[in-house]
Amino acid sequence: MLTIKDIYAKAGDKDILKGLNLEVKPGEVHAIMGPNGAGKSTLGNLLAGMPYVEPQSGSVEFLGKDLLALDPEERAAEGVFLAFQYPVEIPGVNNMYFLRTALNAQRKYRGEEPVDSAQFLRMVKQKIKAMNMRDDLLKRPVNVGFSGGEKKRNEVFQMGVLEPRLAILDETDSGLDIDALKIVADGVNQLRSADRSFIIITHYQRLLDYIEPDFVHVLADGKIVKSGSKKLALELEEQGYGWLNQ
Amino acid sequence: MKQKLEIKEDNAVVKARAKQKYKEGFVTDIESFTIPPGLDENTIRLISEKKDEPQWLLDYRLDAFAKWQKMTQPDWAKLNIPEIDFQAISYYSSPNANKENAPKSLDEVDPKLLETYDKLGVPLHERERLAGVAVDAVFDSVSVGTTFKAELEKAGVIFSSFSEAVHDHPELVKKYLGSVVPSSDNYFAALNAAVFSDGSFVYIPEGVRCPMELSTYFRINAINTGQFERTLIVAEAGSYVSYLEGCTAPMRDENQLHAAVVELVAMDDAKIKYSTVQNWYPGDEDGKGGIYNFVTKRGNCLGKNSKISWTQVETGSAITWKYPSCVLRGDHSSGEFYSVALTNNHQQADTGTKMIHLGKNTKSTVISKGISVGKSQNAYRGMVRVAKKADHARNFTQCDSLLIGKSCGAHTFPYTESANMTAKLEHEATTSKISEDQLNYCLQRGITEEDAISLIVDGFCKEVFKELPMEFAVEAKALLDISLEGAIG
Repeated sequence: MLTIKDIYAKAGDKDILKGLNLEVKPGEVHAIMGPNGAGKSTLGNLLAGMPYVEPQSGSVEFLGKDLLALDPEERAAEGVFLAFQYPVEIPGVNNMYFLRTALNAQRKYRGEEPVDSAQFLRMVKQKIKAMNMRDDLLKRPVNVGFSGGEKKRNEVFQMGVLEPRLAILDETDSGLDIDALKIVADGVNQLRSADRSFIIITHYQRLLDYIEPDFVHVLADGKIVKSGSKKLALELEEQGYGWLNQ
Repeated sequence: MKQKLEIKEDNAVVKARAKQKYKEGFVTDIESFTIPPGLDENTIRLISEKKDEPQWLLDYRLDAFAKWQKMTQPDWAKLNIPEIDFQAISYYSSPNANKENAPKSLDEVDPKLLETYDKLGVPLHERERLAGVAVDAVFDSVSVGTTFKAELEKAGVIFSSFSEAVHDHPELVKKYLGSVVPSSDNYFAALNAAVFSDGSFVYIPEGVRCPMELSTYFRINAINTGQFERTLIVAEAGSYVSYLEGCTAPMRDENQLHAAVVELVAMDDAKIKYSTVQNWYPGDEDGKGGIYNFVTKRGNCLGKNSKISWTQVETGSAITWKYPSCVLRGDHSSGEFYSVALTNNHQQADTGTKMIHLGKNTKSTVISKGISVGKSQNAYRGMVRVAKKADHARNFTQCDSLLIGKSCGAHTFPYTESANMTAKLEHEATTSKISEDQLNYCLQRGITEEDAISLIVDGFCKEVFKELPMEFAVEAKALLDISLEGAIG
């Protein structure tokens, strides 16, 4: 589904990713861990096509397409979703209206019929209930006045509505209390399926207690230095990242 | 790797769309009577004669003209106004070649005119009239028809062209004309008082809630003419009216002058809601052509507990000079001003309001949203004045500016004068750019850049749009989207 080959990328004028390789197959959940500044968020932003990350060399293939040649909105419509670490506020724009605009833009790209507001409302109400979230989230302007936890929940909810093929969660667990963490994890688990893959970027193994990964990778100094099973996350929790420098 | 922001700047498709975006820019090929360019006393006598006016009105015009000749064009606004040759403008143009042929009812109106208004989305014809909205259609210097007149008469509401009102209700016109905006008020108001040709007149009797929205659609068609219309709305005690004006003009390389005067009078407990969707031709992307929109609008809250509310969505005109204001004379009266002004390409706007608190416990609210795109300049200019006797006057002003791109400008000029210690005045101002983060967030969800900008701008304007009657809020939103086209760069 996703093949990242020997990627070098800059963020600003800094070299961040330095020869990163990663292969994600359909249905797999990959956790990316690593110390601060290793390039974890840069990887997510690179895949989503955010303009502040500039690839220098290497390739990314997503569902048979050259991902780096696509515009960010095209990548979204192809099925790439990024749950942002710091979701932005858009004053005056109703969350539900925003989501319907997004969904219909993606459907248009894929040559599908738009969803009308009645259909959309039904669908959204059903999803928000299934995800154990309060539906006042829908009526408020996008992320405006949301608490940190609400913003993260909103990201996962949007993911649920847009049904991406590849979901990247960028430190979605940071700043969440245990109840919020459970809701977010539960939302992700509901979305797990044989043809949907996840890249979960996190500092802590705590989230992985609730979302069980197939693979755990350690990202340090711009490349993946170690890969393993869920056990690797536990080892990291015990040992920290200090051993990387030895 | 695509560098999106750079690609779109030179995008031929975007540019082509920007060029054809003004869909109201067509010309109606119709026989018209246009007086030769030039302005002197004889021009004014000719206009007055054409309209078969009473002597008192001709005298009013001549007096205003004498005042105008002694005045100079104001230059305090943050506008760069090329010199206007007032002798090169024709001051009267009528689509009816002579008065005998003037239509007596809408059925007799020239089909070409009906077609024009159909094309503009303002059907005048019986069958297709806008439901629940009465329209007075002004084409160049004359009103070509007013819909739903009979229905309104049943409720006692007078809604007619200004010229008709002069003949049918001279006592009302004489009493209120110039009572809010005297002919000596300013340069453009004086010019208007001298040469105004038509406009709308509304009278709502005591205790009547006007049964439908009233609106006037102004259309400039003839070349080298100015449009000088006059609107007068009088709301008697306890009455209510919601009024909307819209305006468009053909695309031409020459600038055309539009200098209107609007006067509103609200008696005890009366409420007037006045909404404008201004879409005069803004000129092309190089700043060639477009309308000079120099307008004086003022409401007099004469009665106790009266209320006047201005809502404007300004997207058109090459230059806008306009400050819809409220004189809060009656105790407990209130004034509101909600404005969205969007400038693109080389457009210039200097717009805002004046809230003059004279009565006790008077209240005013000002919400202004300025959006600057391209190389345009957008200024908010607002004055709040509290007179000595206006105990406990309150004002809240919020003006927000949004910049899209690097070559545009936003400016805020708030003036406050308070002669009363009990007044409470609040002012909030913000300037922001559409942040890259907001844009990226939308893109990541699959929304295209153009749609993302219009979504964000729409959210920015929400507080003002919610003040518009629903049908017009939709229109205003669509208009904003069109005006934003090619905004990316």
